Order: sequence, then C-alpha cells, then structure tokens
Amino acid sequence: MTDSITPPTTLANSLRSQPDASGHFGPFGGRYVAETLMPLILELEKVYKEARQDPAFDAEFTELLRSYVGRPNPLYYAERLTEALRADAAPGPNGQKRGAKIYLKREELNHTGAHKINNCIGQALLARRMGKKKVIAETGAGQHGVATATVAALFGMECKIFMGAKDVERQKPNVFRMKLLGAEVIPVVSGSQTLKDAMNDALRHWVSNVHDTFYIIGTAAGPHPYPELVRDFQSIIGREAREQILEIEGRLPDMLIAPVGGGSNAIGLFHPFLDDAEVKMIGVEAAGEGLAGKHAASLAGGKSGILHGNRTYLLQDEDGQITEAHSISAGLDYPGIGPEHSWLHEIGRVDYMPITDDEALASFQKLSALEGIIPALESAHAVASAEKVAPTLDADQIIIVNLSGRGDKDIFTVASALGVEI
Amino acid sequence: MTTDRLSARFAACKSAGRAALVTFVTAGDPTVADTPLILDALVEGGADIIELGMPFTDPMADGPAIELANLRSLGSGTKTKDIFALATAFRTKHPDTPLVLMGYANPMLVRGSEWFADQCKAAGVDGVICVDVPPEEDAEIGPALRAAGIHLIRLATPTTDAARLPAVLNGASGFLYHVAVAGITGKQQAAQAAVEQAVARLKAATDLPIAVGFGVRSAEQAAAIGRVADGVVVGSAIVDIIGSHGDAAAPFVKDFVAALRGALNANSPHFRETAA
Repeated sequence: MTDSITPPTTLANSLRSQPDASGHFGPFGGRYVAETLMPLILELEKVYKEARQDPAFDAEFTELLRSYVGRPNPLYYAERLTEALRADAAPGPNGQKRGAKIYLKREELNHTGAHKINNCIGQALLARRMGKKKVIAETGAGQHGVATATVAALFGMECKIFMGAKDVERQKPNVFRMKLLGAEVIPVVSGSQTLKDAMNDALRHWVSNVHDTFYIIGTAAGPHPYPELVRDFQSIIGREAREQILEIEGRLPDMLIAPVGGGSNAIGLFHPFLDDAEVKMIGVEAAGEGLAGKHAASLAGGKSGILHGNRTYLLQDEDGQITEAHSISAGLDYPGIGPEHSWLHEIGRVDYMPITDDEALASFQKLSALEGIIPALESAHAVASAEKVAPTLDADQIIIVNLSGRGDKDIFTVASALGVEI
Repeated sequence: MTTDRLSARFAACKSAGRAALVTFVTAGDPTVADTPLILDALVEGGADIIELGMPFTDPMADGPAIELANLRSLGSGTKTKDIFALATAFRTKHPDTPLVLMGYANPMLVRGSEWFADQCKAAGVDGVICVDVPPEEDAEIGPALRAAGIHLIRLATPTTDAARLPAVLNGASGFLYHVAVAGITGKQQAAQAAVEQAVARLKAATDLPIAVGFGVRSAEQAAAIGRVADGVVVGSAIVDIIGSHGDAAAPFVKDFVAALRGALNANSPHFRETAA
C-alpha cells in the first residue's frame, strides 16, 4: 500500500513512463501520418514538452478546471447499488460477506457533462500557444464535439466539428448544442458514417489547413504526441480519485473500472495508479450485439494494425480492411482503441471486459433507479461490469467506477431501444 | 538491382527531353475484371509509369474521387491477392513499364512487411508508396522493401522544410514524389511558381528524379509542371473518368492519357524539331 497522495514518479521500471521518445508504447502508438502532417506533429510535440515544463501553463489549466469545469468533482459512494449487489452475492469460500463497495467518480458532473472537457481545455491552451485561431474535432456521441465547441467559445476560436451522419441523426440534442455554441457541424457521409469516418474527414480537413488549424483529438489515440497529451490532461481524473479515496477510506482501491472506446477517460483514471500493483483495473469494451455478432471490442475481437496515426488493436479483416464497429453507445462505436490500452492489454496490467448493448441498457436503468444518476451509455458499460465483478469481491474491498458522462444525451436512443415513444 | 525499370524509364524520358507521365488508378475499380483493360489503356495512351492504388476502407489522405474509387473497388470484392494477380499479369504483358503500388500501411502490413515485400518482388512491382508511413516509422516497411530490392518512394510536401528534407531523403529511392499542395488528392491546384520553387529546392538536395502530383487535372497543367519536373503524376482526373464510365472507361482513359502525353511531348525540343 502506498501512503503518499502524489503517485510515485521515479520508479525504475515505472509503467507510467511510456511512451518512449518516438511515441511508442511497446509495439503500439507511433506516428503514422501523411508527410504533410509530420512537421506539425513534431511542432506539437515540441510545444507540448515546453508547456509541460511551464508552471504558468499548468496554473492556467488547473484554474480553468476549477473555475470553469467545476473540479474537483466528487467521489461518491453508491451505497444503494452496493447494497443491491450485496443482496444477491453468494458468500465467499470462507463464508465471508461479498459485494465490494462501489464508488463512482463523478465526471458526469463536469461542465458539458463528461470527462471530455478536461482534455479540450488542455488542447485549446496548446492551440493558443501555437498561435492557431481555428480548431477542429471529430465526435461520435457528440460529447467531445460539445466540449470542443465549448472551449472554442471560451477561447474565441473558430470551430468545425466533423460528425458521422448517422451520429448526427442519433445525437440530435448534442448537434443543437454545438450549433448554439457557435460551431459548424459537418455531417460526414462517407464509409459507415460514424466516429471513424468523422476522424477521416477531420484528418482530411486538417491536412489541407495545417497552417492555421489545430486538431483537438478527443481520445487518447492518433499520432504521437496525442495519446500522451490527452492522457496527461485526463489524468486529473485518477489523481483526484486517488487523493479522494485515500481521504475517505485511508487506502487505495482494489479495483478501477472504466469504459473504453478510444479510452481517454479510462487511461485518465488508470494512469496515476499503474505502478500500484495491488490496484486491479478493468477497461470495458463495447461488445454490441455480442462478440459473435456486430461489436466494437477491438481488443477482444481485433488485432494489431495501423489506422488514424497509430499502431493499435483494430477491428479488421484478413486483408487489413477496417470492419465496421457497432455499439448502442455512439461514443464507443469505433473500430480501434488508444495505443496505451493495447500495450496495457498485452503486458497484462489491465484486464479488458466486453459488455453488450443489452447489459449496458440494463445498467443504464438500474443506476438511474437506484442512485438517481442517469449515466451515459458509455458509462453504463462500466456500471454493468461493476455489477458483474462486485459480487465476486469481498465486502471490504473497494471499486472505483468512472462515471465518465451523464446520460441525458442518450435518452432518445434508450427509449427507442426499449420500444418507448417520447 | 538488375532490372531497374524506374531509373531506366526516367533516363529514357530525360534523353527524349520530356517529363515522365505517371498515372494513378485504383486496383479493382470498378471491378478486378476491368482493371487489366484500364492498365492497358494507360500504357497505350502513353503513360510511362503506373501507380496502382491498393484500396483501403479509410483512405484519409485522399479526396472524394479516389475515396469513391476505393469504395467501388472494395464494394466489388477486391482482395489483396487480386491486386498481386493484376500486378503479375501486368508485368508479363508490359515487361518494361514500371509499376508502383500506392496505398496505406494497414493493408500492406497486415501479414507482415516481409510478406508484402516478397509478394511485390514476385509480382514484378518496382516501387511502393505508403502514404501513412513517414520516415520516422521506416522500420515498419523500409527494411523489408530494401532487402527485396523494391524502391520505397517517399513523399515531400509544401510543409517539408529544409530541416526535415534530409530525413525524408534518407532511405528514399526510385523517385521523390512532390505533393504539390498541402492537402488531399484531387482538390486544389498548386500555383506554378510554387511548384517551380519547390522542384528547384528538391533538385538541389537530391539526384533522385522529382515527380510532381496532387491536383494535376489537365494537359495544360501537366505541360507546365513537365517543364520543370522529371515526372508529372495524374490520378484523380483519371479516376473520375473511371467513375463516370465504369466498365466502359478504358477508351476514355486512353484518350485522356494520350492528351496528357501529347502535352508533355510538346515540351520536348526533339518533338518540336520532328513536328516542324
């Protein structure tokens, strides 16, 4: 057990020291972009390194997280959920009471309703530092698009959001929000018309406008240094959770659970704990209709490949063509995953668990009814995983679930899945 | 290399006093069965070098024309093995015309770089352009291609500055592909003055032939670029013809390519003498 609040930073074989100088996490990560983008990627890396050394940058980031985002957000003990799961839990082999204590890290209480804003604030500060007046972003569920449009408004930047036409259809409230915030929403009609295609078109726009445009990538993926800097900006989640659980329980948790699409909220929660061997971690992939059918579980159902600037696990066929992902959650509907997760999966530090659409839908309703918290469908995947795991742990064990976003945006999708007309 | 078709062809064009005509089509567009006729049309129209695009589901560096070609090809069921079969047949039929595979890393590397390099060698492919493997990630593909004697053709762009150019040239072979606009394929046209400046800068840094592409759509543009570069690449404009005419595209492709070639020929002092 670690008694310090600040995670150790100088361990010899620290799992927290990735990526290497060329942006690789083991065999994953890297910089697989067209030559036109390379100079900009290298400049971004340089600017980010300088910013990280600059106390003024950190001070401004931290202050905006406090006064604008509303951090720190609470670590909340979900007692009714815990007790409900305990009621159904079989006793352990020694007759001990089972059903771990479940805490929720309340990222859904952030301004704009999800963890995405943490990263957007950081990247907008970098954009300003690089003298870029225009920002672009891709979005799936619309959360990252809303967060980007928000910081663009805050910083007075011109903003274009690329969004799959299918997602524009299933996330209408967020589309309207982005427009209110002054962003232009560009529906992407190519390919599967979801997140990956939005990313393709954002990259196409970027490569044509590198001179004045900053690409705010929404997840811990893409070419180096994006996976690293997005993780660093999102690590506020894990640093806060660590401090909070030590204050509340006087010890580290036994397990962390977070949903993984690209995986930025998960890596943000996990990273400050990676060197704490006693803390187990589960990343929850979207198993859609089940791993035998249409799904978005890149680790469970994919293999290593190159897409969108990085080498990582991808859903693909034998010829390396990318196959379409499916999840009821637009934010998880992506055929890849951040490269650090691929690495953590291969070295066995984090376990990745698939959760289906149906399981997530059930947990969406359960958490709403038991705790008065409507989770995003993404986050509902993590809650579903906790429902499976908590009854197998002793009652004195502790799980932290990342409640990465709120579910208001999903009520139409959920209603439709439940056959309810609203 | 025993038979270096690429350098032989650039040398031949140079001694003819004109730029090489480099033409791009996507393999399997609209179907694998149509591609041989289209490749024949390119050669018959006067193309010097053929770039054969390997289709990919997510062609991020391409504009709508080539993206649609990728989707048409994949939609009609094109597999990687079909592309190598097309290359093999092309090599038999056109033993002297250089053939370059162009595409994205994932389809090339999904079975490993050695496998890919071996397939290229067996099929008589002369060079490879991998759009999303910059020099920084050369280890993914460069060593295997070099070991197999396949040229790795690198891209230089308007954003490739003097500090970075040596890294791009280190390990580049065959020719240097100058992407004339910072953007995707088939969109904007580069200003002629910018092209001339860029080619001069690149020529000062390398002895490799310089081919210029992206946004070259007409015979007039090809001629203008051909006056300063060693090669002119035309892709989207040809792919658009295939998009419009489908399986009947070959004669239209041939006519268009012949017009491009005629414009390049007209630059040649020899050609002018003959014509006079």
